[in-house]
Amino acid sequence: MHSITVTVNGQAYTKEVEARLLLVHFIRDVLALTGTHIGCDTSNCGACTILINGRSVKSCTQFAVQADGKEITTVEGMAGEALHPIQEGFKEEHGLQCGFCTPGMIMRASDLLSKNPNPSEEEIRWAISGNLCRCTGYNNIVKAIKYAASKMTEEVVES
Amino acid sequence: MIPGSFDYSAPSSLEEAISLLQQHGDDAKILSGGHSLIPMMKLRLASPAHVIDINRIPDLDYIKEEDGVLRIGALVREADLEESELIRSKYPIIYEATKLIADPSVRNVATLAGNLAHGDAANDHPAVMLALGAELVATGPNGSRTIAIGDFFQGFFTTALEVNEILTEIRIPSPAANSSGTYLKLERKVGDYATAGIALQLALGPQAVCESAGIGLTNVGDMPIKAIAAEQSLVGKTLNDEHMKHAAELASDASDPMPDLRGSAEYKKNMVRVLTYRALKQVVEKILS
Amino acid sequence: MSENYIKTPKEICGLGHRMKRKEDARFIQGKGRYIDDIVLPGTLYMDIVRSPYAYAKILSINSEKALAIPGVLAVITGKDLEAYNLHWMPTLMSDTQMVLPTDTVMYQAQEVAAVIATDKYIAADAVLAVDVEYEPMKPVIDPHKALDADAPVLRSDKEGKTDNHIWHWEAGDRTATDTAFANAEVVVKEQIYTPRIHVVSIETCGCVADFDKVEGKLTLYMTTQAPHAIRTVLALVAGHVGLSEEKIRVISPDIGGGFGGKVPVYPGYVIATAASVLIGKPVKWIEDRMENLQADSFARDYHMTCELAATKEGKIQALRIKTLADHGYTDAAANPSKFPAGMFSICTGSYDYDTAFTEMDAVYTNKPPGGVAYRCSFRVTEAVHAIERMVDRLAQEIGKDPAQLRFENFINKDQFPYQSALGWEYDSGDYHQALEKAMEIISYDELRKEQAEKRANGELMGIGISSFTEIVGAGPSKHFDILGIKMFDSAEIRVHPTGKAIARFGTKSQGQGHETTYAQIIAQELGIPAEHIQVEEGDTDTAPYGLGTYASRSTPTAGAAAVIAARKLRDKAKKIAAHLLEVSEEDLEWEPGKFSVKGAPDKAKTIQEIVFAAYTNHPQGMEAGFEAVHYYDPPNLTFPFGSYICVVDIDKGTGQVKVRRFIAVDDCGTIINPMVVEGQIHGGLTQGLAPALYEELIYDEDGNILNGSLMDYLVPTAVESPSWETAHTVTPSPHHPIGAKGVGESPTVGAPPAIANAVVDALSHLGVTHIDIPITATKVWEILREKGVAE
Repeated sequence: MHSITVTVNGQAYTKEVEARLLLVHFIRDVLALTGTHIGCDTSNCGACTILINGRSVKSCTQFAVQADGKEITTVEGMAGEALHPIQEGFKEEHGLQCGFCTPGMIMRASDLLSKNPNPSEEEIRWAISGNLCRCTGYNNIVKAIKYAASKMTEEVVES
Repeated sequence: MIPGSFDYSAPSSLEEAISLLQQHGDDAKILSGGHSLIPMMKLRLASPAHVIDINRIPDLDYIKEEDGVLRIGALVREADLEESELIRSKYPIIYEATKLIADPSVRNVATLAGNLAHGDAANDHPAVMLALGAELVATGPNGSRTIAIGDFFQGFFTTALEVNEILTEIRIPSPAANSSGTYLKLERKVGDYATAGIALQLALGPQAVCESAGIGLTNVGDMPIKAIAAEQSLVGKTLNDEHMKHAAELASDASDPMPDLRGSAEYKKNMVRVLTYRALKQVVEKILS
Repeated sequence: MSENYIKTPKEICGLGHRMKRKEDARFIQGKGRYIDDIVLPGTLYMDIVRSPYAYAKILSINSEKALAIPGVLAVITGKDLEAYNLHWMPTLMSDTQMVLPTDTVMYQAQEVAAVIATDKYIAADAVLAVDVEYEPMKPVIDPHKALDADAPVLRSDKEGKTDNHIWHWEAGDRTATDTAFANAEVVVKEQIYTPRIHVVSIETCGCVADFDKVEGKLTLYMTTQAPHAIRTVLALVAGHVGLSEEKIRVISPDIGGGFGGKVPVYPGYVIATAASVLIGKPVKWIEDRMENLQADSFARDYHMTCELAATKEGKIQALRIKTLADHGYTDAAANPSKFPAGMFSICTGSYDYDTAFTEMDAVYTNKPPGGVAYRCSFRVTEAVHAIERMVDRLAQEIGKDPAQLRFENFINKDQFPYQSALGWEYDSGDYHQALEKAMEIISYDELRKEQAEKRANGELMGIGISSFTEIVGAGPSKHFDILGIKMFDSAEIRVHPTGKAIARFGTKSQGQGHETTYAQIIAQELGIPAEHIQVEEGDTDTAPYGLGTYASRSTPTAGAAAVIAARKLRDKAKKIAAHLLEVSEEDLEWEPGKFSVKGAPDKAKTIQEIVFAAYTNHPQGMEAGFEAVHYYDPPNLTFPFGSYICVVDIDKGTGQVKVRRFIAVDDCGTIINPMVVEGQIHGGLTQGLAPALYEELIYDEDGNILNGSLMDYLVPTAVESPSWETAHTVTPSPHHPIGAKGVGESPTVGAPPAIANAVVDALSHLGVTHIDIPITATKVWEILREKGVAE
């Protein structure tokens, strides 16, 4: 067993884990943060996407021990007092149906917008190409991310 | 899908990592990006007794140009390459290949060195490095040695790395003036392994005479292929359509694909031809523009 | 588009409002509660040992090493279940399916044994430690060879079975059809395959079975689209081991996509339930993606021989289709009982002719069982693919524009209700309008000009049309049942004293947005703001009985039930209002939200005042409270339709097909929430693109699946999926109480032939008449090479 300390959504956790424990299971089963989902075995679907030190990562393809000392953000850590603009975008633009891929999509969008605050439709489509959605046909996910981009840009301008 | 049990260590220096490798030999696997290793472990296709995580070794994440050589450290992620202004502007062949690998979240973690060290003919960087004439630095108990990329891939999932060595650096000669490159990849859908991929690096001299040509092929043989005859056919010529078509045929001849879900052997050989021709057209046009 | 209802103000948010979804708040914050999120104290974990062979005798199963692993409680085999007579179970089509085999495995990845452990990591280790000895046998993989004399009889468990034939089904007039074909001026014929595909909901299947030994009660949390039916089936098949229906509670939590794949009962659910009953602790089973792809129900897999007879001007006279259906080793299709081929007889399409005959034979092979929908009403996609491909084939044969040919053959709007050659009564339609609209939006004539220019330059561009008619909303109890249970559906509305409501339904949303759209239906009928109507589904202890959500049936059945239940309440409200206003009922008039006295609009009572009175001041002799329930038995099915146009460009070097534009004009009758309808269409279109260009489950001759993970089963990403364009027409259903028809599946049904027709159109001048889907780059390239036009 290995002792690891991980900061998740701003809170530090110290836990004993088996080396083979996948990070996604650590988040879901050990920390009981079930917003991060599992949709495949082969890192194709992106349902398990989280942020590690601000970068989107598929948490099914990481061991929990690798996250020792890292800062993790999951979908549960996105909203503050109000919804995060990306979350708001998904609701406003009907960017979700069953909701299963949504947390991964939101986390992926967060990484994208941190690097490219004003992405084109084409850039958004490529940026979410590692996140599968079976319900929406992606049209409204693209719109949701655009909504978030313009809202976040406005916020930056205002502040 | 759950991996088997293993012992885990995260050495904080290269020396420590190598001594662990020496200690455990074939029972150990190096973990860098892990996007080849971890899926194999989850499928129980790999069950190493020891996993040596090199991600905590400092100072291996550099991209720098020194003395006419681009040096890329073992822990440089695909996303680092994609975001590097140096790579984008001066090594378009690397940039073009990188952005077609898997997807952005995978690229945030996966490394160039891992992509090479895995020895998989389906990976994209081996062809790029063959086209660029890279050298790889392997560090073992007796220090470092360099391996020419042409000698690195030795067979199906087999490389020149010894059991106790780690691939620590990739060295790429800085491109001459009037040179450029590209990577064209045919995939069934975005993020897929290539049905066929072609890496091309060209340098043109005065009067647009081809001074050097590097062509690497992805996933059309049991190991990454350097299309030597095609390269040689271009050098010394002022490239016209006929030369390009001929080189494309030679590149196709150099491929030796297996039929699979991505297509028949004949399809893939033809795709090498089509992509090589398209790459040549594009790159010549880019250099001359 | 005229609306056939009073538009409510935004505060009420009845029909036609783009109300933001109520369910989204939890999903966007990671607070959805899906099956794997349910953790009960003391939960045990189940994992499954699966067969590496498609057809093999099981010689022995040795669990010794597995049981020696600390934390492993049990290894369950078919022999163990046989002791309780639970080793076989019925399928929805009254065939039989193994829960766990006692002697023979019938497909690769079939369940062979189950491990129960304290932790999922331990269970995974134990699966590998179970030693199974097999004797492989030569499987039957090609359905065309399943009926050969020398084919092994796969279902030797069935007494007297001498071949692999499952059933023969036919519809229409064989003699009249044969005569029409014999006399026809033009006959076109194609072999059309709709490949075996998989729904791949992003959430896989799973359950948590929790048997309380003290109460004798089973609570089964399960990824199911039809929780009530599951409860009844469990009571019927496990009654002999003491499970009584009142002691079974099935809870379908948030479902991460269903698309038909969560209708069947898979062995894993049953084994986990048996394990919980035996051990007395909660048992969780969550399949991984590879298990899901390799073992859960497939869709499609119809080999169709299609023929169309017509005059030389292109007037369609008759249709004939003969189909071979590959069902795997058992018929586990999810069709209404009397419809082994589902609604395949919708195959006459949107066209007016009175002669048709279709017949089908189903066979067993060594592949996983199934025959589920993949987001379509029972086998409608196969039928629509056949007719829409054949109409294009006919147009090509006689050299007529495929749009023109359609216009000349469409059923006219004044012919509705229309009696189809194969016996359906289409409720309403205006097919000309939908196609005209699609052509106008996409500038069809311009595209044809562009295509001619491109063709002259050697470039390959194609335009494909599909003008489909769906058949959904099963269904009238006279014909439609599942295992004898009639296919009505239900709604129960309970309005609280302060005028806020809870409504419960027999259906179960898997992402369709029922919490919002059902609330809007009730808001329209009662004037209670949709925001204050809480919708609940999926708990059999609380919801009224219903057959669940699939085949686009929720709005046509449970949606209608909600309308009727609400109208019952409105009748009661009228009585109370009359009492409160001291007038007679005839003097009152309704607008959403209040009753007022005719001619004295300020003398009025709001629905909130009326409901409060139902609890505080109800008329003597009237039952107190404000609740209603309705079980809706639809008088007919509904027939949504649409016209789609797709434009493709083909890369002559690689054979890749690029969808440049795609316009979908849909008509689903009255629209409840335009935002939700558009979302459903976008999603269905991508699931139509998928089998058209990318998806197919592929087996080798030994029955090994060649693409059993998402690395090779190619679910389209946002890059493959084009930016969909949508529009609509509104032709209400005359028999549905608000005129709605259902929409979730139209695009999955309509898109594949539009895309296939576009690709064939791009190559038609080369003499290409048909390409089977999925139209991969390799298939196209082979054709280009054969025709001598490959780059």
